[in-house]
Amino acid sequence: MSRRVRLWLVAVGGGALAALLVAACLDLPAFGGARHPYGDRAVREALARHTANTVASVNFDQRAFDTLGEMTILFAAVLGCVVLLRQTRDEHRARPEPEPVALPVRRYALVVLPVALLTGLYVVAHGQLSPGGGFQGGVVAATSLHLLYLGADYRALERIRPVGLYEVGDALAVSAYLVTGIAGLIGGSAFLANTLLPYGTFNTLSSGGTVPLLNAAIGMEVACAVVVLLARFLDQAVEIEEEGK
Amino acid sequence: MADAVIVVVLLLVGATATTAVAVRDPARQALVLSVLGVVLAVLFTVLQAPDVGLSQLAVGSALTPLLLLLTVRKVRRRARGKGRQE
Repeated sequence: MSRRVRLWLVAVGGGALAALLVAACLDLPAFGGARHPYGDRAVREALARHTANTVASVNFDQRAFDTLGEMTILFAAVLGCVVLLRQTRDEHRARPEPEPVALPVRRYALVVLPVALLTGLYVVAHGQLSPGGGFQGGVVAATSLHLLYLGADYRALERIRPVGLYEVGDALAVSAYLVTGIAGLIGGSAFLANTLLPYGTFNTLSSGGTVPLLNAAIGMEVACAVVVLLARFLDQAVEIEEEGK
Repeated sequence: MADAVIVVVLLLVGATATTAVAVRDPARQALVLSVLGVVLAVLFTVLQAPDVGLSQLAVGSALTPLLLLLTVRKVRRRARGKGRQE
């Protein structure tokens, strides 16, 4: 295909897409209107099942199957990274030298680490009550561990982070989500249906039926997945070297 | 009042995103992306979507820049090693 034809194809495709997007935008409801048909229904359903955070209700109850898909995407992506970034035959591991860390950086990292870790765990635990949830809290908790790499050094991080355990945790969390779904199928009405557990008292940690369980499973899955992902990247950036140097 | 805040934050997002494209050094780009993550999180919070804001804060301003910086480090180290070899 010549350059000219390619340019024409891009111009026609891009132009058509732009026209369709503009046409679609013209039909959207006005910005900041008072009518929210989907929002009203979602809030009604969330309140009926005693879930204070409607977004958590949408993610883990009304659209729990979509969340299963998203979780699978993350799982597959991390799996792909682990395979791609493995140590190949022409590479070897070099022990990274401990590097000097500026004192303010060290103090900051070591003070912020526990606070960030606790914040992450809090956000996971209160996913069904307040903004946040398994995904957000999991990422915060997992990245907070890596402050140890900034504040101390790579070896200190490796000591508190046995990657094998986190890989097992990742797989276990995915299974926990599936098992909760199948429990809904066997004991209740349908796959991932939230009809199995009592809905509890509104606005308490145990409210919402299976929502806290699925939320916790996602929290564990995301935290483990991010730790494994960053571990592979750190391996490549710090430890693994090509042969012949 | 709320509309004014939304306009200001939207302008900030536009400015930061343009800077992220204009900066050509990947290491600096990662830092600008981190700032963009914070600004986007503020935008989502102003638009009453704190859940999305939190995700954006965690992924956009911490995880993505970290992965980028690690990748830059790996690529530079490899280039340095090749230079030594020749």
